[in-house]
Amino acid sequence: MKGTEFAIDVTGVTKRFDEKIVVNAIDLQVRRGEIYGFLGPNGSGKTTFIRMLCGLLTPDAGTGTCLGYDVRTQQADIKRHVGYMTQKFSYYEDLSIRENLDFIARIYAVPDRRAAVERSLVRLGLANRSHQLAGQLSGGWKQRLALAACLIHSPQLLLLDEPTAGVDPKARREFWDELHQLASDGLTVLITTHYMDEAERCHRLAYLAYGNLLARGTLAEVLASAALFTWRVTGPDLRTLATALRGRAGVEQVTAFGNTLHVSGHDAAMLEAAIASVRDARHTWQRIPAGLEDAFIGLMDSAKDNFA
Amino acid sequence: MSSPRLSLRRLWAIVLKEFIQMKRDRVTFGMMVGIPLMQLMMFGFAINSDPRHLPTAVHVADTGPFGRTLVQALRTSDYFEVVHEAESEADTQRLLQLGDVQFVVNIPVDFSRRLLRGERPVVLIEADASDPAATGPALSAVSKLANTVFNRDLAGPLARLHAKDGPVDFRIHAHYNPENITQFNVVPGLMGVVLTMTMVVITALAITRERERGTMENLLATPVRPFEVMVGKILPYIAVGYIQVTLILITAHFLFHVPMLGSLPLLYAVSLLFIAANLAVGITFSTLAQNQLQAVQLAFFFFLPSILLSGFMFPFRGMPHWAQNVGACLPNTHFLRIVRGILLKGNGLAEIAPELWPLLLFVVVAMTVGVKRYRQTLD
Repeated sequence: MKGTEFAIDVTGVTKRFDEKIVVNAIDLQVRRGEIYGFLGPNGSGKTTFIRMLCGLLTPDAGTGTCLGYDVRTQQADIKRHVGYMTQKFSYYEDLSIRENLDFIARIYAVPDRRAAVERSLVRLGLANRSHQLAGQLSGGWKQRLALAACLIHSPQLLLLDEPTAGVDPKARREFWDELHQLASDGLTVLITTHYMDEAERCHRLAYLAYGNLLARGTLAEVLASAALFTWRVTGPDLRTLATALRGRAGVEQVTAFGNTLHVSGHDAAMLEAAIASVRDARHTWQRIPAGLEDAFIGLMDSAKDNFA
Repeated sequence: MSSPRLSLRRLWAIVLKEFIQMKRDRVTFGMMVGIPLMQLMMFGFAINSDPRHLPTAVHVADTGPFGRTLVQALRTSDYFEVVHEAESEADTQRLLQLGDVQFVVNIPVDFSRRLLRGERPVVLIEADASDPAATGPALSAVSKLANTVFNRDLAGPLARLHAKDGPVDFRIHAHYNPENITQFNVVPGLMGVVLTMTMVVITALAITRERERGTMENLLATPVRPFEVMVGKILPYIAVGYIQVTLILITAHFLFHVPMLGSLPLLYAVSLLFIAANLAVGITFSTLAQNQLQAVQLAFFFFLPSILLSGFMFPFRGMPHWAQNVGACLPNTHFLRIVRGILLKGNGLAEIAPELWPLLLFVVVAMTVGVKRYRQTLD
């Protein structure tokens, strides 16, 4: 391990598949001990970017380091110190929990393997299920096993690719508590997710769409950079109102949330003008701070425009 | 409201979907077209249960004209192709043992003179009868030949020499499998077939399964090297291969009483090369196949000629040249000859050497292709 401030420090990382640019000149710095959230629509290049960080793919362009090791030339060193959890459960379903952990521990040549496996079983609450086959586990337990497996060699960096997809809220909450515990012990975590509540639990965020990094920073910074203005409206017949608002100059998003409607746009004056044109006494209008989801959808729409 | 009756529209939806999926799976579609074509070619053109033009060595000690006439008659019979004129007895024995010739015809010193005296001289035909199917038709042709071969020579006053059972006494000496027991040929051959089947399928599946289930990505993100993954996956199956070899040998010995004249350690050593050849094919297939089904189909594609064109089911020499050339590229062809040579003929390393190097060449080529393709699938 080399002593740098950043666990991940890359610039201009690019990957093409058959001339299609999947990851386009991304710069990213992640500090040690930080939980860094990676967000973006499906197919935005998140997984490809992670694969380049953990040494599975070689970038076509760009330079940088991961844990102080060169991402282009020192992939073998990176692999030894990184824990990577794939999007799809990718341990052996026909092996028991203990056998899976034991196998991974052997691959990493973990010192005092038996004890390490035992510790990891206890720590993740898998001890009394250790002889169960991985294939018989429910989604939440599979995820716990995967986390245990990628922690068994005490990595310095965790790369988690949508680890909580399809996991129930309680298990997700526990998973995040665990992540924060690990981060406070000095582990760096880069995690991709589609859940906004999870994004809000990250120290910092980056938003990726169509291979481009559109925003990054703390939650507040990302929201500020989105520069989105949102109004919430309640009242009768919101469907008609939504139809009337959509397509008006200044109105970029009209989204129904139960019995309320969120209306957002980047230009505050134009948005207010549009609202004024449909406003009547039946509805209650209220300015609210833009949510992360609104901000991201706004970013995504503008990214689409760039590509068109 | 759902109807309990058969709905043609729903049925059609399923049929249509199947066709779309069939179209998407190019490999499967290719196999469905390719395998019948391959079988047609092999059964229709390559396989021949009446093999002709079998390589024959003649040893003519006779100085008179009739020895030559007889050789000529053998040639024109279509069954024998004289490829070698041996100088000595020892020479012919070696050709037979190496499998270079199927028959050796010995025409004795005073053949012509004894024929003229009406003594029914003996012509010894030695046959490599390890595969009874290969020698049978040719040998039955010989007995017919005996009556007619000297028709022209023994005309006029010599016509009296036409004995009832022919002017010549053909004695057939079947080597290696004198009782023409088919099992002696088939059971050792099965060793190659069984190993081909399991080794290719199992390796192809083992690696494809890893990719299909997504565990390969996980594995490659660890410090384990691709080479370690490959060798680590192969080693257990080499052990399986040896269990199969042992099982077949035990059965061959106790159940079928197949003779085992040669050295078993030599057979075990050569088996390793053959197992390696099949595993290399399996690895190459695993890099081509998208899923386990395709892997099995590809293995079948390899398995079919390995059974039909290798000399396992049908006499190798009965096939046309193109099919023999295809057969010569298959590891099973050479392994079969090695196994039969060691078990039935008692061949040693020197005798099997001509079959050993093609096997070695195949392993080198297949491993190179396999490893190269395997590497490419990663990035």
